[in-house]
Amino acid sequence: MVPGKSTLLKCILGLNKGFTGEITRKEKIGYLPQKSDIQSNFPASITEVVLSGTISNNPKSIFYKKEDKEKAEKIMKELGLWEIRKKCFADLSGGQQQRVLIARALCATQKIIVLDEPTNGLDPTISVQIYDLLKQLKEKHKITILMVSHDIERALKYADKVIEIRDSEMVFEGLPKDFTLGGDKK
Amino acid sequence: MIEVFSEMMSHAFIARAMLVGILVSLCAALLGVSLVLKRYSMIGDGLSHVGFGILTISTAFGISSPLYIAVPGVMIFAVLLLKIGSSGKIKSDSAIALIASSALAIGVAVTSVTTGMNTDVCNFMFGSILAMSTSDVYLSVIVSILVILLFVIYYRKLFIITFDEEFAKASSLKVKKYTNLIAVLTAVIIVVGMRMMGTMLISSIIIFPALTSMRVFKSFKKVVISSAVVSVVSFILGLYLSYVYNISTGATIVLVNLVLFIIFSIIDKIKNS
Repeated sequence: MVPGKSTLLKCILGLNKGFTGEITRKEKIGYLPQKSDIQSNFPASITEVVLSGTISNNPKSIFYKKEDKEKAEKIMKELGLWEIRKKCFADLSGGQQQRVLIARALCATQKIIVLDEPTNGLDPTISVQIYDLLKQLKEKHKITILMVSHDIERALKYADKVIEIRDSEMVFEGLPKDFTLGGDKK
Repeated sequence: MIEVFSEMMSHAFIARAMLVGILVSLCAALLGVSLVLKRYSMIGDGLSHVGFGILTISTAFGISSPLYIAVPGVMIFAVLLLKIGSSGKIKSDSAIALIASSALAIGVAVTSVTTGMNTDVCNFMFGSILAMSTSDVYLSVIVSILVILLFVIYYRKLFIITFDEEFAKASSLKVKKYTNLIAVLTAVIIVVGMRMMGTMLISSIIIFPALTSMRVFKSFKKVVISSAVVSVVSFILGLYLSYVYNISTGATIVLVNLVLFIIFSIIDKIKNS
């Protein structure tokens, strides 16, 4: 783990209270954290996980509203999760779990999704599927996707804009085609 | 069986124990689902030992209703335990073990100096069905209704916080507030329940129903409902068997829980084969 990337994400999400500086956030953010080991044994159906993404729409309500359920249904159908919605999250493959968590993030927002190493621990074929899915969502829904990754090759292939952080400092910012590994300081 | 039941209920102390036990079992199971999934199962054990320490000290000082001291005392420790666990200097399981054994030691030491190992102390250790006074009944009814209400109101949020704390924080949920709430409610349920179940056995009614249900059920909602049912059934069956065969109530309830756990595990094995 290179220090700085996850911290930056946490600052953007407002999870890190200890930083100095200012971040202006106008839109709700859909967040896809790194996997925690709690989830590997957690009894939760796909529907429960995806639906939980809508919490920030009606945080005061006791139950999920009809509009939330419809939104979750639409997103699950779009991501090919509707048929398996009653399955247990923990029993899914790594790639499918990521798909569910992306669906949950989409329930929280249609503007910006923040992902922390989404392809960690996935085999290359599945990783490509996740990247393709994100690309598809970006183009179809006009969502901003902000992602931390150390999979440089694929990040360069799919990203519109790249920032390289090394030893807590930004060493590159620009288009993928201008990127050289090691970072020519600008 | 029905005859024995009506005979049991004709004793005021058993009727009281039945009411309190059902409510406490229900609440312990609800809180237990969250605690087990968040890997906080040992908190129940730790808090019951702290409860023992406070109860014995209060008894030694001749306080007539020690619950009113033990409940706030254990609540403070509950929040403290979570704080130590999240600060990261001492891992939470070691922190709990440390505090639990110290509290138990203080309780035992105070007892040896003052009253000696009398029945009161023995009851704190292994529970007694006779221990429930009318004021205990009021306290446990109020607390149980509160726990059930809060659980229903915050159900959605509890699920998100239990499943994914980081996502909950990013969705602007006050994770600390809810975690503390769970800890404080657990503290109260433990102090009320340990009078009947005993210090050594109370944590089992928090852990067992959730673990048993997780064998078979794979969604959060089903696990919650099943835990509540398993817990209440174990209690009623345990109380009945302990009456009929004259076995310690707390121990019988734990054993019924164990049997249910084994049955659910077998069901799971058969389903998967």
